[in-house]
Amino acid sequence: MAKHATPMLDQLQSGPWPSFVSDIKEEAERRHKNVGNVEFQIPVDVCDDLLGILELSYKDGTTHWKHGGIVGVFGYGGGVIGRYCDQPEKFPGVAHFHTMRVNQPNGKYYTTEFLGKLCDLWEMRGSGLTNFHGATGDIVLLGTTTPQLEEIFHELTHNMNTDLGGSGSNLRTPACCLGESRCEWACYDTQELCYQMTLEYQDELHRPAFPYKFKFKFDGCPNGCVASIARSDMSFIGTWRDDIRIDQEAVAAYIGGEIQPNGGAHSGKDWGAFDIEKEVINLCPTECMWMEDGKLMINNRECTRCMHCLNVMPRALRIGNDRGLSILVGAKAPILDGAQMGSLLVPFIKVEEPYDAIKELIEGIWEWWMEEGKNRERLGELIKRQGLAKAISAVGLTPVPQHVMEPRHNPYIFWKEEDVEGGWDRDIADYRKHHQR
Amino acid sequence: MAMIEFKGKNFEIDEDGFLLKFEDWGPEWAEYVKESEGISEITEAHQQILDFLQDYYKKNGIAPMVRILSKSTGYKLKQIYELFPSGPGKGACKMAGLPKPTGCV
Ligand code: HEM
Ligand code: HEM
Ligand code: SF4
Ligand code: SF4
Repeated sequence: MAKHATPMLDQLQSGPWPSFVSDIKEEAERRHKNVGNVEFQIPVDVCDDLLGILELSYKDGTTHWKHGGIVGVFGYGGGVIGRYCDQPEKFPGVAHFHTMRVNQPNGKYYTTEFLGKLCDLWEMRGSGLTNFHGATGDIVLLGTTTPQLEEIFHELTHNMNTDLGGSGSNLRTPACCLGESRCEWACYDTQELCYQMTLEYQDELHRPAFPYKFKFKFDGCPNGCVASIARSDMSFIGTWRDDIRIDQEAVAAYIGGEIQPNGGAHSGKDWGAFDIEKEVINLCPTECMWMEDGKLMINNRECTRCMHCLNVMPRALRIGNDRGLSILVGAKAPILDGAQMGSLLVPFIKVEEPYDAIKELIEGIWEWWMEEGKNRERLGELIKRQGLAKAISAVGLTPVPQHVMEPRHNPYIFWKEEDVEGGWDRDIADYRKHHQR
Repeated sequence: MAMIEFKGKNFEIDEDGFLLKFEDWGPEWAEYVKESEGISEITEAHQQILDFLQDYYKKNGIAPMVRILSKSTGYKLKQIYELFPSGPGKGACKMAGLPKPTGCV
């Protein structure tokens, strides 16, 4: 018998999608039965009380978590999101309900051995509830008490060789698409670069030193499977700069109907037979493709590497061999001054161990933002306030046309004094010699 | 919210052990907090940081950015963590009696 009545939540147990309510109830039940004789370190009925307070929120239409919460582990300035319920007498099981962010492996590949260990740890010292994964990428352990934080941290680091993720005004946990591990379009090893940057900047991740939060994300190609262009202050997106490799036999097979377009992605509906003119050539944004004697031709100089043709004919068209990535900066959510996506900063850079060139760019941006950024000003907002030209010079580049979608149309153009013959020191008397009042 | 007593003084605190009212601060407060923040003794270096945080808060009504704390006191972030293992927010600000840091912490 459940501890609290949850008539509204119960309705969410019907329907075809996996029900979080059924799952939490199952975990609540498991804790009560405690078949494994676990020495629970936080209240046994934590899951019941979570459902109870959630039901209350469904009823009231408002949250029942208090404002804020500052807890953590010694040595680090982040990694734990403290949280206290505002009805601790009614729901003592969630009086403390802190979240721990645990750094996930890149691409989120696991062994059951690792997950099993993590679950054993969390079952004993936490609620048994998780979020796999947080939007930034972390494994999220959902709900424990303050005294357990150091215990869990000790277990994670000593027995599982695993660290916390980031929170606060720091480098947050980086994440990547699964990259070369199982995608033929990956233009660099996203997992490796993500891993190496995470290791390199552990200090910046664990001890907030920035004006505000900062995120890295690594996409292997412009398809953006980790959405770096929208969800990271510094977005690394793979590309190539030579020719698309064309297998004309496979092109013919697509035309002949032997291979389904888009890997069969649209097979749920009858779109007619594949028509390369209609589905590829006429959709190329730069109109740089054409058919000639049954062969597909691409004017690669005019290709913007949008991925469309490769996405439609994965078995006929492949990324080039001269690969690297672009770096875009400034993506952020609306608060304070409006949503932004990343703006192109570095059009192309090779990805070569030990990644010194990439590190230099990252550190150039940080140096500028750490010095100039106002309190809680995201990089994107600093770029708005001080200008893209400042960001470009912060990384030692000079402006190129690729830096803009279009040139400015207003003429409020600043000039540096040194670029203007004669400078700014002018005497009105000299002017009056030629122009009477 | 709870009341605690230490060396004859009373302090009202929240769940995270932050002082509810800055005006209630006294040297006893720092003494009381230090253990839970992993500090055995409050040295001159600790005191310098506490004094700066308090002056800054009185003057500006906010806690300083980490960059300003470092520049003004001369302590690098690494040294601040050596002094206050929980860092400038949970460690130093709490001990100085400043309000709890907020935002996306
Ligand atoms: C041959 C004569 C003139 C030329 C070539 C000229 C050219 C210009 C140009 C290029 C601008 C900037 C346009 C813009 O902001 O988009 C401008 C703005 C302006 N001009 Fe002229 N102008 C001339 C005469 C005058 C005169 C005689 C007046 C006033 C009596 C005047 C008043 C203004 C004002 C007020 C602006 C500012 C508009 C703003 O800030 O939005 N101009 N002019
Ligand atoms: C109380 C009177 C005035 C006020 C408050 C005023 C205010 C301003 C402001 C705020 C601007 C925009 C500055 C900017 O670009 O950021 C401006 C520009 C300008 N004003 Fe005035 N103004 C006044 C009188 C005048 C008069 C009497 C004239 C001409 C006879 C004049 C000519 C201009 C011109 C030409 C500009 C454009 C300057 C540029 O494009 O860089 N203003 N004014
Ligand atoms: S972003 Fe590109 S490389 Fe990465 S998984 Fe998606 S399609 Fe593949
Ligand atoms: S990648 Fe895009 S721009 Fe380039 S040829 Fe294919 S469709 Fe055209």
